[in-house]
Order: sequence, then structure tokens, then C-alpha cells
Amino acid sequence: MVAQLQALGLNMLEQGFLFGFLGLGVLITFRFFRFPDLTAEGSYPLGGAVAAALLVSGVHPVAATLSAALAGAGAGMVTALIHTKLKINNIVAGIVVMTALYSVNLRIMGRANIPLLREPTVFGEAVGWLNGFGLGWRENVYTTILVAFVLLVAAGALLVWFFSTDLGLAVRATGQNEPMILSLGVDTDRTKMVGLALSNAFIAVSGALVAQNHGFADIGMGIGILVTGAAAVLIGEAIFGDRGILTWVVAAVVGVVIYRLLVALALRVGLEPVDLRLVTAALLLMALAVPRFRPRLLR
Amino acid sequence: MTPAMLALERVSKSFLRGTPNEVRALRDVDLAVAAGDFVTVIGSNGAGKSTMIKAVAGFAIPDEGRILLEGRDITRRPPWRRAATIGRIAQDPNESTCAGMTIEENLAMAERRGRPRGLRLAIRGDARRRFRDALAPIGLGLEDRLASRVGLLSGGQRQALALLMATLSGSRLLLLDEHLAALDPKTAETVMRLTDRLIAERRLTALMITHNMQDAIRWGNRLLMMHGGRIVLDVGGAEKAALTVQMLVDKFHAVSHAEMVEDRVLLTA
Repeated sequence: MVAQLQALGLNMLEQGFLFGFLGLGVLITFRFFRFPDLTAEGSYPLGGAVAAALLVSGVHPVAATLSAALAGAGAGMVTALIHTKLKINNIVAGIVVMTALYSVNLRIMGRANIPLLREPTVFGEAVGWLNGFGLGWRENVYTTILVAFVLLVAAGALLVWFFSTDLGLAVRATGQNEPMILSLGVDTDRTKMVGLALSNAFIAVSGALVAQNHGFADIGMGIGILVTGAAAVLIGEAIFGDRGILTWVVAAVVGVVIYRLLVALALRVGLEPVDLRLVTAALLLMALAVPRFRPRLLR
Repeated sequence: MTPAMLALERVSKSFLRGTPNEVRALRDVDLAVAAGDFVTVIGSNGAGKSTMIKAVAGFAIPDEGRILLEGRDITRRPPWRRAATIGRIAQDPNESTCAGMTIEENLAMAERRGRPRGLRLAIRGDARRRFRDALAPIGLGLEDRLASRVGLLSGGQRQALALLMATLSGSRLLLLDEHLAALDPKTAETVMRLTDRLIAERRLTALMITHNMQDAIRWGNRLLMMHGGRIVLDVGGAEKAALTVQMLVDKFHAVSHAEMVEDRVLLTA
């Protein structure tokens, strides 16, 4: 029983931290820009595909993961360009790019699935680097949690810093009050591009890290990923409320961890993996509905 | 001769063009505003007042005609490429400030008006001291609430903040689109006094739309009445100072042929 709980907890943290990058990415579009950016469904597997293709051709895992981030940023920029220059609704622009990316991802991978079990990963490399200081660690779930956590804290700090800069404030204001920030001299076509690039870079990194952790990249790994990210952001917000940039970032990550816990629990109580999307949909619905029923005092 | 601060040359703008419901919001409007002028604008709903302000700010592109700002043609420039010179406040306090961000964040965004925004921390150096110094003279206690969300402020406080944001950093033309309309009379008076003071202190040129004819007469040095997309009255100086509400109502009736009773109620309210 204790061992079971421990395994559950470790799995929750490991997967939660890996998907934390997804939460941060979705936070930018879903919360700051107030629209569900479906590019995520393509940029998440794009991150996995780019990292996997580079890893099997011998590229260093860190370089492969950074390349995934750049590819994700590119995908976000394309969505932003379709939305701003062709004046197409942002959700539709995301659907267009998501659809195109399916073929792009297949081209990058050359097939539907790339196994990575024999390839080096950022998690293994990090342990190897730490062992250079004479620690003598072996790569296991604890080291993965540690590496993912450190990366996530760095990414979260980067986001908090960015959204406190002149450009970052302009990006936030673009989602909140576009006429105002236009009136203050900001080209919102550009800030939308920055926001979507940043968001999809984080989401692609999440895909790259998950692929390395799970030992494969798969063309179907992105299905339903936006809903996962949105559910996580909403769960986090339902707990922490809306109290500024640092809270949002922490809430998004905690939201993902709790989301993973709920999914793991659902599997333990007898639901099967085929039911997972149903569970995700139910969680999303709960997260959307619960804040309405919260007593006023907690708001 | 130096060019006017703002000039509209035969500016026309229609909405729903080419449909049976076409609305001709502006018809061949000509207007020259000298630097330092404080122009009040009145007129019934649909007279074209808001459309004129939006055309100047870049939120409505004219179908015909030109708009010159300090002699430069800005007719087709997007709003963000005019912002270095133009500050604008709308009727709805939600429009001119960012509710989800703090007072200091709003001011920091306004301080960078029309300048490039990079990756330096928005609130740096002595920014907080500068913001406090700018907020204190307003007398609403905002200087002690720099880290509060703007959404927590009252409508009057938000419009006062919007005024500061519109005038903080080098804007020379101030556009006010019924910025007092959502406020109670006492708050409106406070915000109006602040408006007048800021315009005088910073030597701004201003265009102020108002529904209140008393305000239109009392403030500024020039008054425009619009009707049906045209400027139908344009008075300044001593002539404006001698105006009464009754004279404006009479003038209005002379140019409009319908709904006189309703309009009297609307205009004198």
C-alpha cells in the first residue's frame, strides 16, 4: 500500500513536471490572450518529432531539445501571422496550423513512431554531468524529477521576468485590452507573434521532454493536449485564484501536477486508458464550473 | 505659416457602405485645430463626433479625405504609429486602462508611449517615485496604491489614471470621447478639473466630446456642434464665452428638423 502510494506520488511529480512546460505554454495563450490556441495540438508532437529525429541522428540531447523549442516558436509565429496578416480568427488559425503540422511532423519523423530507448536524453546527460562532481548517481525516477524540476523553475523564472519587462507588459496588455495598448504605440501584430512563439516554444519543449522520458515520439502524442493544458491552468487558478504573474506561473505548474494525480487516481480506480479523454473532459468541465460555485469569501 | 496641430480635409466615412443601411457618419468634414486649442464637441447621437475622434486616433480609416497631424499625412497610419503624439480616453473606464494589471504597470506602459519596448524590467530605477509624484497632485490617494489592480478602482479613479496615462509622456494631442459620461456628477466635476489642469500644464491641444452643453460652454476656447456627419457650428473666443445653453438648443433646432421634444430633453439633461 505504502509502496503503491509512493509510486503514485513519484509518477505524479515526474509526469507533472514534464507536462509543466505545457501548462506554462497554455497559460500564455489561454489566460493572457484569452483564446484556446489549437496550435498546441501540433506544436507538442512537433517538439517530440524534432527532438526524436535529431537524437537518432546523433545530435546532443540539449541541442535537440532547444531545436524543438525553436520549431515550436516557429509554429506559433505561423499561427500569429495567419491571424494578424490574413485577419483570420485566432482559433481557426490554430486549427489550420495544427492540421498542417500533422503532415510536417510525419515528414520530420519519416514514420509514425520513433523509439528513443537507446538514445541519450537530457535526463541521462544531466545525471552524467552531476556525476562529474563525484556523486555516483544512477538515472532513475528521482533524478528525472530533480532535472525536470530545475528546468521548470528556470523556465518559470524566465516567464515571470519576461512578463515584467516593457515588452512583456505589452504582450499581457495585448490580450487584455488591445485598443488601449494600440493607443500607447504598441504594434499588437508583433506582440501577438511574441506571445504565440513563446507559448508554443514551451509546449514543444514539453513534447521533447516527454518523448525523451517515455522513450518514443509518436505522431498521435498531441491529441487532446490543449485540453490537458487548459484543464491544468484552470485547476491551478481554481486553487490559487488570480493574484498576479508569479501566482499564475506557480498555479499552472501545480495545476498540471494535480491533473496528473487525478488521472493516475482514475486509472487506479479501474478506468482504462481508453477512458482517459473522457476523464480529461470531465476534469476540464469541473475546473470551468467549480469557480462559479465557490463561496464569495474564498474569491 | 506653421501647419495646424490637426487638420481634417474633406474627410468622409460611411459604415455599412453599399447596403440599404448605409450610415454616413462623416460628410466632407473640414477642420483645422491650432496648437494649444481646447475644442469641445457637442451633437446628438449619430452626429459623427465619435467617428471623427476615431478617425484621428486611427481606429476608423476615412473613405475619403486626408487627416494631417502637425502637417504630416496620417490618414492611413495604424493607431500605434500615431500614439507618440496622440493620447486618447474613451467613455468606458475599461477601455483606457488595463483592469487586470496594477496601477504602476499601467503607468509604466503609458510612460513608454510611442517608444520601442525591449527586455528591460518595466518598473526600474526610480519609476515608483516618479509615479507617486505624478499621482499625488490628483488627490485621490492613488499614490499609495501603486501595486493595486486597476480593476479595484472606482470609475472616477480609473478615468483620472487614464488621463495621467494619456498625458504622461510627450503626447501633444488629447482626444476625449465623453470621458466623464460614466461618472456621477461630483466625480465628473473632479475629473473635469483635472482634465483642464493637465491640458493647461502640459500645453496640450485637446478635442473633447461631451453630452453636457454646460461643460461644452464652460471649458475650452472653441466649440463645435456636429449634426448628420457635418460640423454645423464652430465658435471660439469671445463669441463662445457669450454662448448660453438656450442658444445652443436653438441652433440645434435650426439644423435638425425632427424629434424636437426628445432632443430638448436629451440636450438639456
